[in-house]
Amino acid sequence: MQLRVDQVDKSFGTGRTRKLVLDGISFSVNTGEFVALVGSSGSGKSTIMRLVAGLDRPSAGAISIDGSPVCGPGSDRGMVFQKYSLYPWLTAAQNVAFGMELQGLNRREIRERTSYFLEVVGLADAARRLPRELSGGMQQRVAIARALAAQPRVLLLDEPFGALDLQIRESMQEFMHDLWQHTGLTALLITHDLEEALLLAGQVHILAPNPGRIVRTVAVDLDRSDLRHLRVSREFLDLREELARSLRGLDPGLS
Amino acid sequence: MARLRQLIQHPWVLGLTGVLVVVLIWTVATSLKLVDPLFLPSPASVLAAGRSQAAQGLLWADLVASVGRVLGGFGLSAVVALPLGIAMGTSTVINRLLEPLMGLIRYMPAPAFIPLLIIYFGLGELPKILLIFIGTLFFNTLMIMDAVKFVPRELVETALTLGGRTSQVLLRVITPCIAPQVIDAYRINMAAAWNLVIVAELVAATERLGRRISLAQRFLRTDEIFLGLIVIGLIGLVIDLGFRLVMRRACAWAN
Ligand SMILES: Nc1ncnc2c1ncn2[C@@H]1O[C@H](COP(=O)(O)OP(=O)(O)O)[C@@H](O)[C@H]1O
Ligand SMILES: [Mg+2]
Repeated sequence: MQLRVDQVDKSFGTGRTRKLVLDGISFSVNTGEFVALVGSSGSGKSTIMRLVAGLDRPSAGAISIDGSPVCGPGSDRGMVFQKYSLYPWLTAAQNVAFGMELQGLNRREIRERTSYFLEVVGLADAARRLPRELSGGMQQRVAIARALAAQPRVLLLDEPFGALDLQIRESMQEFMHDLWQHTGLTALLITHDLEEALLLAGQVHILAPNPGRIVRTVAVDLDRSDLRHLRVSREFLDLREELARSLRGLDPGLS
Repeated sequence: MARLRQLIQHPWVLGLTGVLVVVLIWTVATSLKLVDPLFLPSPASVLAAGRSQAAQGLLWADLVASVGRVLGGFGLSAVVALPLGIAMGTSTVINRLLEPLMGLIRYMPAPAFIPLLIIYFGLGELPKILLIFIGTLFFNTLMIMDAVKFVPRELVETALTLGGRTSQVLLRVITPCIAPQVIDAYRINMAAAWNLVIVAELVAATERLGRRISLAQRFLRTDEIFLGLIVIGLIGLVIDLGFRLVMRRACAWAN
């Protein structure tokens, strides 16, 4: 599988209020890769994600999966939003089953896969609980399980941990890394958190704002056997500091 | 002291107290002959009027007829308003087409339609049912439309990225999501339906609760007027409680 984003522009509005939000975005994601886009808030990250998901159309350029153009949302690109995306009237298990039901899988398969994916995200015990009875981190894990259960070819994560407390965010990052290692999923992560991107992704694109464009791409080759250790290792902190400096340099308002 | 506080905190206690106080004042005022009984009949005489009407079978027949009209007219309005409101909430075209029209008609007082309805349909059941229909349709529709507009975008888009089709989004996301607001809209607008049936019966019926009140007026039977008002209020209360019960049962997730 290859997801290709090729010279994509996006502008909103018409006439004098027209605003260019994305300018010539190009990157690709191949099977098994974990790719991250990092940028400050307002740099057009969510816009890129919506274009890839097919929820919006690019103003110019092309997005394709294995050569066939993306022309609308579909179950081959599973999406996890920042928050508020579980169906509050459905239990955790029903939320996980939801996509498979929409796709018309048979009941037995739905039941088996639901319990499998709840197990994968460590929430087998919470199957019958409603979203409001779950913590923020648990809710996001249900959302991830729901997206995975629909068998997407690539998982789109739009600041999935952005609304969580720092501690929970760290444990969710560890969880996400394990998940990636064990299930061999393909993921595109969007975040404003450089540390998160460097911990999880093999390739990190840095996005400059106004208009959003990729100004730097880094291949991250770090020993990820122990994320907690990695977070505080010299090598990691140096890389992070260097990239942070270049990110700050992009936004004169901040420095 | 603690037990008293506990008692007061029970949701029904204070409400019942309010009712009892009014009945008490009413009893005292009439037994002391503070007011001419022609203007303010005593509770006992209202009760007696109720007993005599019940014995003649009038009360029951009036009730059935009035409730039947409300259920007919309001049921029709509810059934039409649901798809219409959803259509207006989801489609910009339909919304732009209908919203100004509805906004206009909404401000025309429904009772003003009575003369027209009588000219068109005579004095039978149809004009009363239609009056209730007209008088509640627009409120029901607009409230449902608003509920649809407040469905979080993420819930709809998640369904799309899970492979959901438009019909599935309508039936499995939007409909359950707005259910609590729809039930609440129905509950609130039901009060208007009750007002309208009485108005229609006051003006144009040959029988039933409203008619009973206007007959009573002609013969200065204030006890029967009071009886009519109290019965109407009680039925309204029962219907309201019924809606709340349905809400609690069907939409536990929203509480
Ligand atoms: N539907 C839209 N209409 C107009 N402007 C939009 C729309 N969506 C996003 N924008 C603008 O595009 C810019 C980038 O938004 P977004 O992609 O949400 O940024 P990020 O996710 O990086 O915070 C913002 O300035 C925002 O105002
Ligand atoms: Mg965003």
